[in-house]
Amino acid sequence: MSVPHEALDFERPSIFRRIQLRDWAYFALMVATGVIAYSLYGHMMDRYDVGGLILAVVASSWMGWFWRPWQAYSIIVGSLALFSIWMYGDDLTRGETNFWLNYIGSGQAGVMWMSVMLYLATAAYVMGLFSSSTFPSRAGAAFAWVGSGAGLMALLVRWREIYLTDPSWGYIPVANLYEVFILLALMTTLMYLYYESRTGQRTMGAFVMLVIAASVTFLLWYAYDRGAAEIEPLVPALNSWWMKIHVPTNFVGYGGFAIAAMLGVAYLVKHRFERTRPDAPITHRLPSKDALDSVMYKAIAIGFAFFTIATVLGAMWAAEAWGGYWTWDPKETWSLILWLTYASWLHMRFTKGWRGPVMAWWAIIGLFVTTFTFLGVNMFLSGLHSYGEL
Amino acid sequence: MSNNDQAATTGTVPASRQKTARKPRRSRILVDFMGSMSLAITLLVALAIASVIGTVLVQNEPYTEYLMDFGPFWHEIFAGMGLYQVYSATWFLLVVGFLVVSTSFCVYRQSPGLLKDLRRYNLQVKEKSLLSFHSSAAGDLDQPQDEFVQHAHRVLKAQGFKAREKNSDGQTVIAAMRGRWNRMGYLLTHVGIVVICVGALADGTTLLKINEWLGNLEIETRSVPISEVPRSAWIPEWNPSFRGSVEIPEGASANVVFLPMREGYFVQELPFRIELEEFRIERFSTGAESSYESDLIIHDPDRDEPLRHTISVNHPLIYKGFAIYQASFADGGTRLDIDAIPLGAEALRELEVPGRVFQEMDIPTPDGNTRTIEFINFQVENVIQLLNEEGVRENRHMGPSFDFRLMDRTGHGLYYRNYKRPALQEGAMYFLSGVRESPADEFHYLFLPADADDSLDRFRTYLAMLHKPEVRNEIARQVARDDETVPNEQTQAIASTTAELMGLFAQGGYTAVHNEIERRVPAERLDDVRDLMIRILHAGLQGLYMEVLQDEGVVSIQEEEQRFLEDTISAINAISLYQSPFFFHLKDFEHREASGLQIARAPGQSTVYTGSVMLIVGIFLLFYVSYQRLWIIARRREDGQGTHVTMAGTSNRHKVEFEERFAHLKRWIIDQQNADDGQKTTGSNTNKND
Repeated sequence: MSVPHEALDFERPSIFRRIQLRDWAYFALMVATGVIAYSLYGHMMDRYDVGGLILAVVASSWMGWFWRPWQAYSIIVGSLALFSIWMYGDDLTRGETNFWLNYIGSGQAGVMWMSVMLYLATAAYVMGLFSSSTFPSRAGAAFAWVGSGAGLMALLVRWREIYLTDPSWGYIPVANLYEVFILLALMTTLMYLYYESRTGQRTMGAFVMLVIAASVTFLLWYAYDRGAAEIEPLVPALNSWWMKIHVPTNFVGYGGFAIAAMLGVAYLVKHRFERTRPDAPITHRLPSKDALDSVMYKAIAIGFAFFTIATVLGAMWAAEAWGGYWTWDPKETWSLILWLTYASWLHMRFTKGWRGPVMAWWAIIGLFVTTFTFLGVNMFLSGLHSYGEL
Repeated sequence: MSNNDQAATTGTVPASRQKTARKPRRSRILVDFMGSMSLAITLLVALAIASVIGTVLVQNEPYTEYLMDFGPFWHEIFAGMGLYQVYSATWFLLVVGFLVVSTSFCVYRQSPGLLKDLRRYNLQVKEKSLLSFHSSAAGDLDQPQDEFVQHAHRVLKAQGFKAREKNSDGQTVIAAMRGRWNRMGYLLTHVGIVVICVGALADGTTLLKINEWLGNLEIETRSVPISEVPRSAWIPEWNPSFRGSVEIPEGASANVVFLPMREGYFVQELPFRIELEEFRIERFSTGAESSYESDLIIHDPDRDEPLRHTISVNHPLIYKGFAIYQASFADGGTRLDIDAIPLGAEALRELEVPGRVFQEMDIPTPDGNTRTIEFINFQVENVIQLLNEEGVRENRHMGPSFDFRLMDRTGHGLYYRNYKRPALQEGAMYFLSGVRESPADEFHYLFLPADADDSLDRFRTYLAMLHKPEVRNEIARQVARDDETVPNEQTQAIASTTAELMGLFAQGGYTAVHNEIERRVPAERLDDVRDLMIRILHAGLQGLYMEVLQDEGVVSIQEEEQRFLEDTISAINAISLYQSPFFFHLKDFEHREASGLQIARAPGQSTVYTGSVMLIVGIFLLFYVSYQRLWIIARRREDGQGTHVTMAGTSNRHKVEFEERFAHLKRWIIDQQNADDGQKTTGSNTNKND
């Protein structure tokens, strides 16, 4: 940050002074994208769609200002997705004949690249934990960036592919388990990369990427064993504008909880190693307990905040679709249980000042509750959310 | 619920809250208990466990089903505990109520302190106490005191602090704070929860329960026409909140909804009448449903003209505070034109059965008995997913089907599903009829082969002929005579055996044939004889088939015709297991649907939403605004040359970030140097507020 030498730098620069030229350029690009999108497709949009478009422009610009790597990330991913869409034209069969689409740019190919990259990232981060060099971890971060980008590109391209399959189907690809698992993997990776870039603690990746790799494994099994990647029309209950905001918001929540749980594991490992092997290099390589605790808190905080929003949005949607904002559907009920789990966690931290292994364990148990809310309810309990069935 | 929050925040500041030293009054103890964290956490856990029960035990099923699942003993206990409707059980509502009260007490107890925090800058601090803070610093400056104080104010202001100043005995105390909205976060979240619960309670069934308890209402458990429901189960229009459902067939209307309650229901009156004009299912090209829609007409005495409106899933109609949703659909009494084909000698006879879904009717059987057919359901479209040869999923449109039950005098009978159109199965067309013992079982299918005109004519002709003894005898004679391998003297015997076997087969399929052979032939010769007999039988059946084809004018037999015979034989063999004297063939229908509407009135909805917004805003304030306080004491140095400065600060969140920020403040205020370049003083969460 540039500081005028004649004055002390305590004068807090206003938001506009802190923003550099590139930030303005990014903002302009986002606005231009929005305007172009509107001029091309405005006639097909209702006021909610227009609201969503404006929200997307604002949110992306804000993300870019708040966290600069987002700028490059969104531009590259967006360009690749647009390129794929352009390659498709209006012919879905080009997905098999066109080299780019077949191997890199289609929704399916993108998911494969995401999976490979996230596996590589996991391996590299784990190697980094056992290596004195920082190279493996840095490579891990690079793989994670590419993996997350490939995942987002895949979803964006799939969005178009759904329209190409049948224009009357068109919907945002967050409508079934396959699609939301892609979302979960890329979102969690991205959130992790944010914390890594803010704290500089790369060894956290060895833990966080494990849960992401697990979700990728599930995704691949689901895609290959169950043919889940097939594009199908939407069931009427999901055909709503609410889905666009309810589902992604939820997955910021789940992503935050997943990261927190894995940092809980890291915390417990660190805690144990400090007692049993205080001089081992791996003990030193792990972030301090305070740092882990701090990021764990932040992940739970963002997760909780977004999960609360998602639940409220879900209630509003339910009021419109099912005739009641709260009907004690199993998914709703488990959302409440999950919410209570983390509400208690936060209360313990805020009011009792709890820290340490108990809170780490709590965060880990929280991930089990999260997983049950996300998957278990659909697998074992019946209810109105049954469209996510395995 | 954040009783220790302040203590942690304000650290060792000489607290103004020393009241606890006084002997606590009894009411104070109650307030403390009700607002305590332990009680709150206990209630949260109780709520969570109760919620889990409600998801594991499927809620709101018919009581008979629970009785079957758990047996009479546990059923009594579970029903008594309200486990079948956990979320409206009295004890559950009590837990929620307690939580609301506890939270309210917590807010009541914390608010004065909180509000005080917002206003009180606490200018009574001493240097010594400041130095005991975790974040504290001191230093000597050459700057005169007043100049320093000005400088300090500038820094604080620029950094977003609100400051107060006090001068006494030549000493300046500055107390500053920022992020006061964080304290509002506490209030908003907790008041938000209370508001949500109050709103939800208003929309619950509490009012009905109270009225039931007072004896004003009584649930109806019988499934009877609406006119027979006693007035004690009727709820007048004034009821402010309910959620119920009603099924309206096309062309019909309703001015009540049914509110499910435990093992029965109430009837809720509506101030208007809802007519269903038409119900539609829109479909994608794959056959999957894309939309369910109902054209409604609202007849309201308050309106001059009826209101026409189409609702669909995700698009309800809100009328006068009543929300009308598309919830389900069912058959509304479709008219079915059915041809009952006797599966016997009279297979060619037409027996018209005018059916209607949900109706029962008696049908005389060819053997002089009566069966009762109950039409259960009708499906206008059936789409099934199959894996084709390449392993790709494929949608198969099966066309309309109807479900029925065929009962004998005692009321026993099987369940059937017949398809109107023949379906392609491994290259040939068949009329399908599924049969099962109970609706819980899988269907077993009877495949009746369709002829080239996609009709049952050829099969019916064959079946009718096979059932006639004189035809069997004639055919058997021909077959035996034409077979050159049969010696002349045996022709008569072979012919009569053939005819007999064909008769057995017509009556009971292969089972009957095998039983007869086993009865007559000694065990050691069984295998040889059986093979021979089956060959003879098949020759007879084939002969009959030739006769049928000849009558049709078919001369050469292709693979297709041969296959038809095999299918016919299989079908006749299966008829004995089919247990129906008829095949009910759907010739035509007039589809009539019913739409299942859910109608709700939830006056608490806006309250709940308000509470939700408070909760969300509160959460963000709590998490992302950190409440920071700072004190600076400046006095003239002992040597009279400048100023001695002591400063300390504290924050309730983000301790690490605050330490960093405090270090910067110290450099600006005391050292009067720039904060280290490259340090992230901005951009982290702590700076996002004001």
